[in-house]
Amino acid sequence: MPTQPDNMGHFGIYGGRYVAETLMPALEELDRAYREARSDPAFQAEFRRLLADYVGRPSPLYLAERLTAACGGARIYLKREDLNHTGAHKINNTIGQALLARRMGKRRLMAETGAGQHGVAAATAAALFGMECDVYMGEEDIVRQAPNVRRMKLLRARVVPVSSGTRTLKDAMSEALRAWVAAVEDTFYVIGSVAGPHPYPLMVRDFQRVIGDETRRQIVEKEGRLPDMILACVGGGSNAAGIFYPFLEDRAVRLVGVEAAGLGLASGKHAASIVGGQVGILHGSKSYVLQDGHGQILNAHSISAGLDYPGVGPEHALWADTKRVEYCGITDDEAVEAFYRLTRLEGIIPALESAHAVAEAVKRARGMAGDGIIVVNLSGRGDKDMGIVKVE
Amino acid sequence: MNRIDAAFARLKQAGRKGLVGYLTAGDPDRAASEADLDAAIAGGLDVLELGVPFSDPTADGPVIQAASQRALAAGMDVDGALEIVAGLRRRHALPIVLFGYANPFFRHGYDRLCADAAAAGADGLLVVDMTFEEAAELQPDMDRHGLYRIPLIAPTTPPARAARILTGARGFVYYIMVTGVTGARARVAADIDRHLRALRQCTDLPVAVGFGVSNGAQARAASAAADAVVVGSALVKAAREGRLPALVSELRAALDAP
Repeated sequence: MPTQPDNMGHFGIYGGRYVAETLMPALEELDRAYREARSDPAFQAEFRRLLADYVGRPSPLYLAERLTAACGGARIYLKREDLNHTGAHKINNTIGQALLARRMGKRRLMAETGAGQHGVAAATAAALFGMECDVYMGEEDIVRQAPNVRRMKLLRARVVPVSSGTRTLKDAMSEALRAWVAAVEDTFYVIGSVAGPHPYPLMVRDFQRVIGDETRRQIVEKEGRLPDMILACVGGGSNAAGIFYPFLEDRAVRLVGVEAAGLGLASGKHAASIVGGQVGILHGSKSYVLQDGHGQILNAHSISAGLDYPGVGPEHALWADTKRVEYCGITDDEAVEAFYRLTRLEGIIPALESAHAVAEAVKRARGMAGDGIIVVNLSGRGDKDMGIVKVE
Repeated sequence: MNRIDAAFARLKQAGRKGLVGYLTAGDPDRAASEADLDAAIAGGLDVLELGVPFSDPTADGPVIQAASQRALAAGMDVDGALEIVAGLRRRHALPIVLFGYANPFFRHGYDRLCADAAAAGADGLLVVDMTFEEAAELQPDMDRHGLYRIPLIAPTTPPARAARILTGARGFVYYIMVTGVTGARARVAADIDRHLRALRQCTDLPVAVGFGVSNGAQARAASAAADAVVVGSALVKAAREGRLPALVSELRAALDAP
């Protein structure tokens, strides 16, 4: 199992750099700077200090006893990324990239966002380091994730509405790439997922692997062994890559990526790029993509803005092909049901994105013995989703 | 001899500057697009860049984004664009370069794409989101079918990288004059001459400059140190406003003026 891409960022046949030539020198500069930072103990120490004192890490690994009892099977642990500063795992990555931007002498950040979690995390890092920040966000997402738009504005980020296409994450990323082409000489593009051109998929996975590293220590402390299964939702795939990566070599640990099946895979209205897409090239890398027979990108659909994307990180494509990670889909309705269930049984309101992983975990736990152990990456909290779910 | 080489050789012999015109295939529909293409070619294009529409054109500004959407809505795809090429080839001798994004070509299959494009009468491919490193996956098929890969050089491309990109390149070099996406600019970049002098150090190929040129005066200024000028968004816009023949005449006159 290759765990490092080649020099051009290829994970097997996936990944690479499919971008306008104008961006190539910036990507090469970023790649050099990141490789230096990666092996610089001072950079790593500063990153760890901020994760501890600013983000609030390590996040707890919590045994959800009432959820476990209700399922009647394996013990379900929740990796509480929802308790991080700004309410999701996204901050791990934006702190890392902003530190790198500062090291490279860049004063401006830009980011794309779907649910607004990455936008808020990027705006937060910009405020922390005294940088400017532009966040590209689809107009549809600006409406459905309004609380996060207000947070970004409060943090002094400029929220740039994107009105092209479906006005969601795909179009926000296209527009961010266009804007970066025009501002590449002084602007650091903070990509929020393990997607985009090399070195982003590698770099974002490295910044997020802290989730899996902590999980490993915590579960051994609590249970004296590794879990039987780890589940995480997959849109672009950063929270999943972060928790899966440190367990890749532990073949006995089943890794399950949960994609958004929207209105059902058969409906065509979903965001399950691996389960329901084909190999293609989008936003800088080769991976699984939702597309028609002519190579035109299809519109994704998911109730959760953070999963509403027709592509997925290239390393996930490789993990799917090698079968190291299993990928499956959870529909909008199943995710909403899991959202209520976790809220009512545990007093934890999950992000709709994370609710997809919870829904699959509930199904799997039932079929496992009582001494089985499942870890679910609870990647974010659901405060932002109050406008989407019904409160009765 | 590839039609691209022949066209630039004729230009050089005549001491003229070339006009490379871009239009999106199938915008706003197949019939109108073919009429526009005939009109632009009749007006005096030396090379045609035919855009193959893509749903997510990340290197294009609003004008070509909108053209791509119109063409896709009217049912255009790679096969349709190649049928347009075949039709043009029956009527015109100028070189035709297919300009597009990687995914529709990848989905079509590189070998089939190159075979079909060569059979239709295309002379080269320009894949705007395929860096020359990634183009290695496409190059063998292009070579087998006699298609040229048109290299792009940006203002941000360092000289050492430009030299690597241009090693073994054929046809002409497309120099992007601005750091940005396609589309009209109020002014043409100032330091093109210096960049082009550096570029000429590492290639003998003709150089076409583009991005941001929208009228005769800009074309004339941009052509000073180049062999040809590329005009895209302005032609697309003019076609929709019924000014395409007028704009092509203006560009031609400006480039040919003594």
